[in-house]
Amino acid sequence: MQHAEAVVEVDTLVKRYGDVHAVDGVSFTVARGEFFGMLGPNGAGKSTLMRMIYQVTPRTSGSLRVLGMPAGERARSIKQRLGVVPQLDNLDEELRVVDNLLIYARFNGIRGVAARRRADELLTFADLNDKRKAMVDELSGGMKRRLMLVRGLMNDPELVVLDEPTTGLDPQVRLNLWNKLEELRTQGKTLLMSTHYMDEAERLCDRLVIMDHGKIIASGAPQALIRENLPPFVIEARAGAGEGEHLEGAAQGLGLGAVRSGDRVSVFVADADAALARLREQGWRLERAFVRPANLEDVFLKLTGRALRE
Amino acid sequence: MRRRALIDFRGAARVWQRDLWVYRDRWLYGLLPNFFEPLFYLLGLGVGLGYYVSTGGQFGQDYLAYIGPGLVASSAMNGASFETTYNVFVKLHFGRLYDAMVTTRVNMEDVAVGEWGWAITRSLIYGGIFLFITLFFHTPLTWRLLLAVPAIVVVGYCFSAIGLTFTSLIQIIDVYSYYFTLFLTPSFLFSGIFFPVKGRFPTALVWVAQGTPLYRAVRLVRGIVNGHWQGLWFDVAYLLVVGTAFGAFAVWRMQRRVIR
Repeated sequence: MQHAEAVVEVDTLVKRYGDVHAVDGVSFTVARGEFFGMLGPNGAGKSTLMRMIYQVTPRTSGSLRVLGMPAGERARSIKQRLGVVPQLDNLDEELRVVDNLLIYARFNGIRGVAARRRADELLTFADLNDKRKAMVDELSGGMKRRLMLVRGLMNDPELVVLDEPTTGLDPQVRLNLWNKLEELRTQGKTLLMSTHYMDEAERLCDRLVIMDHGKIIASGAPQALIRENLPPFVIEARAGAGEGEHLEGAAQGLGLGAVRSGDRVSVFVADADAALARLREQGWRLERAFVRPANLEDVFLKLTGRALRE
Repeated sequence: MRRRALIDFRGAARVWQRDLWVYRDRWLYGLLPNFFEPLFYLLGLGVGLGYYVSTGGQFGQDYLAYIGPGLVASSAMNGASFETTYNVFVKLHFGRLYDAMVTTRVNMEDVAVGEWGWAITRSLIYGGIFLFITLFFHTPLTWRLLLAVPAIVVVGYCFSAIGLTFTSLIQIIDVYSYYFTLFLTPSFLFSGIFFPVKGRFPTALVWVAQGTPLYRAVRLVRGIVNGHWQGLWFDVAYLLVVGTAFGAFAVWRMQRRVIR
């Protein structure tokens, strides 16, 4: 039933560059209206996967259907109904802001009054109305990113693909962009976003896949992923110099999950007070320990033994 | 997995239009040098050097009239070359413009054909203005000058394709100095613009010269302007065949470079 509404259907998809398996047999489905995320560190294969979905990277094997059409042979038709916000800034520096939008409409076969009306709407949406005649290099980083976003919306796409849309942005600029993305979701668009920020994925995505080394290592709704993989809380503790390993061992001795990075130890617990009390009974002072809810970063850490960003 | 490489000419036309929009904003800056360049060449080489060159030329006219049509052809070559070398490379490599374009309905094959088309347009502007300027140097105003215009397009077609091929193969921008120094400059000097190559050099070298596209281009434009039609069909065919072969290769290479 959900299959009938699938906007992206990926089945054992592989992309190989020489001996490197950039994408190594992934399968998932994105339903219409979903905000779908791909979380993973740099080099996990997210960008390659997205490029295959927006038809600029041919696949090595496996099957891929986008908007009900087979990838590759129907590339033009797929791209016409899809919007892309790439990771790297590739705005047309030789054109003015509004012309960047109008030429994209043209590329997709939209022209004249329809294109101009759409550009006006989107410049308002992106808060760029007073910059419409500016050259691209007069824009700030945040403005450029918003222009990239609305450029990808000129053809009123059913599916919007965003490759790490907030990487390198200031916190308040990110927040602003998140609001825009949430607005798009309420308009009924299907969104597919890659990110290596767990807070971004947790806040925006209905469902996500966690990727590492070209493979999907976990998938589901953010909260469910955390629930299924970890107890609800994490004690963040700092041991004395050189003692991290002992603290990690002590926690594991109590039957608790624990991971360490240097002398910083994260202990996964259901009852934080009880766990802290038992560790203190063993002589650990844990003066600066604090408790926080488990998050997707912890899930990644637990599944791979590495942090998302290293 | 092989992709069908069918060209969508509407898409190509939109890429051409993008280039036109950019040009529209700054055509005056770009166009002025195109007027001065022919002026200086015709004054310096035609009027100046021509005073000392008095062997009569190929068709018995003065030196200025001898070199004029050849310079029109080389000017079309230059227009096509600037556009398909530095300009395309910057868009491809630094601006990542084509990566952006291909996320729309337009495919990379269409982009490459659009850029090819725009380079032909630029060579038409270059060569056309040069042709116009020669009128002020006693080139007779005949209907044949109108026929020289499509000849310029054929020259642009060929050299745009060659330039695009070179660009599709290189990774660093510095390599263009080879293209300009080892291909375009000798073409300019030894393609019969300034003197007939036959008789001045060993036969083998003459063959090399006669095999270059610019030699064919110069023969073509000169023949048309002077009304000497004999064998011109061969020059047209040569430029079209070479242009089509290089162009097809360049479109394929550019596609492979961006869609990876």
